[in-house]
Amino acid sequence: MVEKIEETGKAKTAENLVEIHSLKKYFNIKKDVTVKSVDDITISIRKGETFGLVGESGSGKSTLGKTVVGLQSPTSGEIIYNGQNVLQLDKETQRNVNKEMQMIFQDPHASLNPRMRVGDIVAEGIDAYKLFKGKDRTNRIYELLAQVGLRPEHAKRFPHEFSGGQRQRIGIARALAVEPKFIVADEPISALDVSIQAQVINLMEELKESEGLTYLFIAHDLGMVKHISDRIGVMYLGKMMELSNSDDMFRNPLHPYTQALLSAIPKANPRAVKKERIVLQGDPPSPTAPPSGCRFRTRCPHAMEICALQEPQWKEVEDEHWVACHLY
Amino acid sequence: MSRLLDVNNLKVNFKTYGGEVKAVRDVSFHVDKGEVVAIVGESGSGKSVTVQTIMGLIPMPPGIIKGGSIKFQGKEILGVSKRELRKVKGSKIGMIFQDPMTSLNPTMIVGKQIAEGIIAHQKLSKKEAKIKAIEMLKLVGIPNAEERYNQYPHEFSGGMRQRAMIAIALACNPELLIADEPTTALDVTIQAQVLELMKDIQKKTDTAIILITHDLGVVAETAQRVIVMYGGMMVESGTVYELFENPRHPYTWGLLNSIPDVDGPEKKKLIPIEGSPPDLFAPPKGCPFAPRCKFAMDICVEEMPGNFEIGEGHLAKCWLNDERAPKVEQVFASEEEKAIAVGSEK
Repeated sequence: MVEKIEETGKAKTAENLVEIHSLKKYFNIKKDVTVKSVDDITISIRKGETFGLVGESGSGKSTLGKTVVGLQSPTSGEIIYNGQNVLQLDKETQRNVNKEMQMIFQDPHASLNPRMRVGDIVAEGIDAYKLFKGKDRTNRIYELLAQVGLRPEHAKRFPHEFSGGQRQRIGIARALAVEPKFIVADEPISALDVSIQAQVINLMEELKESEGLTYLFIAHDLGMVKHISDRIGVMYLGKMMELSNSDDMFRNPLHPYTQALLSAIPKANPRAVKKERIVLQGDPPSPTAPPSGCRFRTRCPHAMEICALQEPQWKEVEDEHWVACHLY
Repeated sequence: MSRLLDVNNLKVNFKTYGGEVKAVRDVSFHVDKGEVVAIVGESGSGKSVTVQTIMGLIPMPPGIIKGGSIKFQGKEILGVSKRELRKVKGSKIGMIFQDPMTSLNPTMIVGKQIAEGIIAHQKLSKKEAKIKAIEMLKLVGIPNAEERYNQYPHEFSGGMRQRAMIAIALACNPELLIADEPTTALDVTIQAQVLELMKDIQKKTDTAIILITHDLGVVAETAQRVIVMYGGMMVESGTVYELFENPRHPYTWGLLNSIPDVDGPEKKKLIPIEGSPPDLFAPPKGCPFAPRCKFAMDICVEEMPGNFEIGEGHLAKCWLNDERAPKVEQVFASEEEKAIAVGSEK
């Protein structure tokens, strides 16, 4: 086990909005079978930044996001929001903290109730927290719809009358309704067409500026993650593998897994110098029985003896560039 | 190079309660032996319907073939009976679908699903077919092929299921492989594996591939020629170099501008294509892209542009390529404002 981990990417210039300490989220799927979806992760997210979280399916990135906003309670660990330990607060205060943390979901078809009108969907948070009533409520709905580029008359319609991109806008309006400070966006664009993806990304960036938001942006599309994020964390089988600011991550990836991930991105340039692509062999191991030592060792081109025996430590190898790998 | 597939003026409609959807409107293209042709477009652009028509997979009704012809190795395969289609096409066209979970039979072992096609087309005994099927599993890089032969799809991971699909499609040595978004459902590292495998097989067996995708990166890496579809039509087509370096349709510009540049040192702002795709119940009279096009002129709304020939094999369906049209440079992020200024001189 890694010893008590030093706080990752310690805030040197900015204040931390969210701090996650040794967070664990385990699921018991059968008797004696436990999936360690999030296994001892410590990160901090700074006020006003976009923290990108990447990883393949099963890496635990969505579970981490859901646990942070309180949709799931962690197995152990601490979540500190704005200096308050969220898990130890009384119900009332916790409710107010939760109001400041909202989530945007991946599938805009599944995350909107098909039997509710768009206006009521957007107002769900307003109603839950009894923020506005009557005429004010209606005006607030119109204001929110306008913010995401929809029109007032859309409030009367049902979700099926909208395209995927518009539905994602509705999901964003719903998240904004309670004036959150922190938004977890769980693969908000992966179900959308390319030309629509850019619309949603630009909208999210504009809102971040105008509303002073902080994002945890979860995705598997590394190109978009690089575009939107200030810092990026790479997850594999429930563990954080590497963390740095996004330029460093792309210029100088340290972990062999990050290197493979980056080299796997197809480049939209037919004349791009074909670098030797690192093609990983095999599939990710089952999260129910992760390999001993370093979890990536079974697919790692640089695996050594020690990798099977000992879990690598989480180290700051370069300034603000953290990695968990025995090579460093 | 010999012509393998020739699609001419294909038109496909679907009857729905809301009226007739014009899913494919006048699409013409060809595939030569051994080449990789990519079809790019958004959902609803008609790319999947086009290839499903080639495969004879469009249910009729509600599908209606409104016109056109599809010739495979010189023989017409559109509108012929299923039996005749089998004779002409038979084992020569294979198809890989997007979602390997729903396109494999969950109640049948994977090996049998591969052997099925071999028995039907190659007149081999069950025993010989099994040997061939195991060979195919090895070819697509599945370890312990003998053991895997007897397993069910749910025992395979996503990437392996897609490999099994490729094995089924390749089992009869097809001359044309149609891959409909083969890597969309897969993780990046697995996508890289599957793409490498497809390129490898294409080189070894000289199979032609029609690759449907929306990922321009995948296109740039694998295809020789590209067809861009929008609103049921082909709006631009050409070699991969022509298309990425000298695109001549604003929709293609839009696609290229809306993806982030991974290698670029500086962060450029994405320029999305505003608006949404056209309503195919009542497609506009003019260019389908005109309502979303920054450079649209009066004629664009009024009259459908023809195919302007830009260079050899490079076609663009856009009025901007008419000699009377104002000169518009292709825009990339930093030049956006300049180009709009030029465009407004119309």
